[in-house]
Amino acid sequence: LLVFAAVAGLAGCERETRDLKGPPETGPKGVTVSDLYPGASSPTPPDPRAKAYEGNAFHIANGQRYYRWFNCNGCHFNGGGGIGPALMDSQWRYGGSMERIYASIVQGRPNGMPAFKDKIPEPQVWEIAAYVRALSGNADKLAAPSRPDEMQAIPPINNINKQPPGRAARGPNDRDYH
Amino acid sequence: MRQGAGWLSLGLLLCGFRAAQTTLDPAADQAAQSDVVWRTMLAVCGLMYLLVMAFLAWALLKASRRRAEVPPAVGHTAAEPALERGLAGWGALILAGLVGLTTVSFLVDRTLAEVGRDPLKIKVTANQWWWQADYEGATPSEQFSTANELHLPVNRTAVIELHAGDVIHSFWAPNLGGKEDLIPGRTNYLRLTPRRTGVFRAQCAEFCGLQHAKMALTITVDRPADFEAWRRHQLGTPPAPSNAEAQAGQHLFHTRACVMCHRVGGTDAGATVGPDLSHIASRPTLAAGTLPNTPEALAGWITDPQGLKPGASMPKVSLSGPELSAVVAYLETLK
Repeated sequence: LLVFAAVAGLAGCERETRDLKGPPETGPKGVTVSDLYPGASSPTPPDPRAKAYEGNAFHIANGQRYYRWFNCNGCHFNGGGGIGPALMDSQWRYGGSMERIYASIVQGRPNGMPAFKDKIPEPQVWEIAAYVRALSGNADKLAAPSRPDEMQAIPPINNINKQPPGRAARGPNDRDYH
Repeated sequence: MRQGAGWLSLGLLLCGFRAAQTTLDPAADQAAQSDVVWRTMLAVCGLMYLLVMAFLAWALLKASRRRAEVPPAVGHTAAEPALERGLAGWGALILAGLVGLTTVSFLVDRTLAEVGRDPLKIKVTANQWWWQADYEGATPSEQFSTANELHLPVNRTAVIELHAGDVIHSFWAPNLGGKEDLIPGRTNYLRLTPRRTGVFRAQCAEFCGLQHAKMALTITVDRPADFEAWRRHQLGTPPAPSNAEAQAGQHLFHTRACVMCHRVGGTDAGATVGPDLSHIASRPTLAAGTLPNTPEALAGWITDPQGLKPGASMPKVSLSGPELSAVVAYLETLK
């Protein structure tokens, strides 16, 4: 019985497959500008690609690299925000779902967020979106990276308390981005 | 026939032959010194091996002749002075062999650390899975960066500063010298003093991930005048594209994903995430020795990098046929 349990246990250990090519690109046509407005519940149609990226350790780790390579940290820092809004809290001006974050990166947002359409290939945008979700503890704890590539003053992002995406509310320390 | 080929290859192995990637054809002081250690080891260990085999054969022969005789009493045998002398000599031989090997290794180790006068300084950074080479200079205008290729002047020591961008790699140019590990957060140094011009191949020698095998570096050893000409050329910026297709390609390069990672000297493209493409058309290979540098291979590489080198950081960028040929036409102007 013990041997059987051990074999069954080992057989259950499946290594996450690394999807190196990513699903085919469809262009950002699944996301429209008109139905987006700050702070509302998401009328954005769910994208089937979001699921493939969201709980996947390989994609989140890639997103972590791209976050630095494409200078997201130049404005958002390591999630704490500075020039741009914080990404590790519960407040989302343009929605905290995978689809919404994807749309914000591709289309850009007022007051400084550039549009990365055509500049970042779609699979990479999804990977960055998955990492951005992980920054506020919204990724699967088993999939989120346990250590950053560089020294950081924040705890490992798989150890961050979950900040469920909520409405952007103005707090006493909230900076004005409008 | 097969045996003949075997002996032939062994003969070639021992006599040395000319090849772009072999330790048996040293083209630099450092590789020649390592070769001395290797040949000394082969001689000492080969001699000991032959002696052991001869002794075993002798013992077997002797035992088969003695079989008929009465076995000696257990626990009480007569002294065998010849055997005792032989064993003492054997011990002395082992000691002499080990001392000899240690001495040679120690002396060669010391000479490997020597730096000649006026060394050429190059910073090599290994990434998954390509090599970045930064040639240092007295002023920023004397510095330049290239990828997956090194040019070295003959008869001048090059001090190579080794860095790693992600995981541990190892720099190994069998004809010239190495291996030396490239370790994240640590700086290692390797000295190379080439003594013969030619084109040599270096390779990552520490398993570093999915495409470890496709991580090669072409090292060209030039005469000093040729090296200086190459260096001057690398310091310059590529000319602006003249024909319409290449100009369209440059526009695409700047408006699509290329510009997010790659740098082209003299233009707005200044990212340093991927290899510097300022003089890509003059390099011998693409994607760290994965492909020969031809327009066809370049187009193939841009079309499907994940098919040619799965896991590499180069993403697939969606380009239509005309867009692809325009980008390739532009990159081909970057001589």
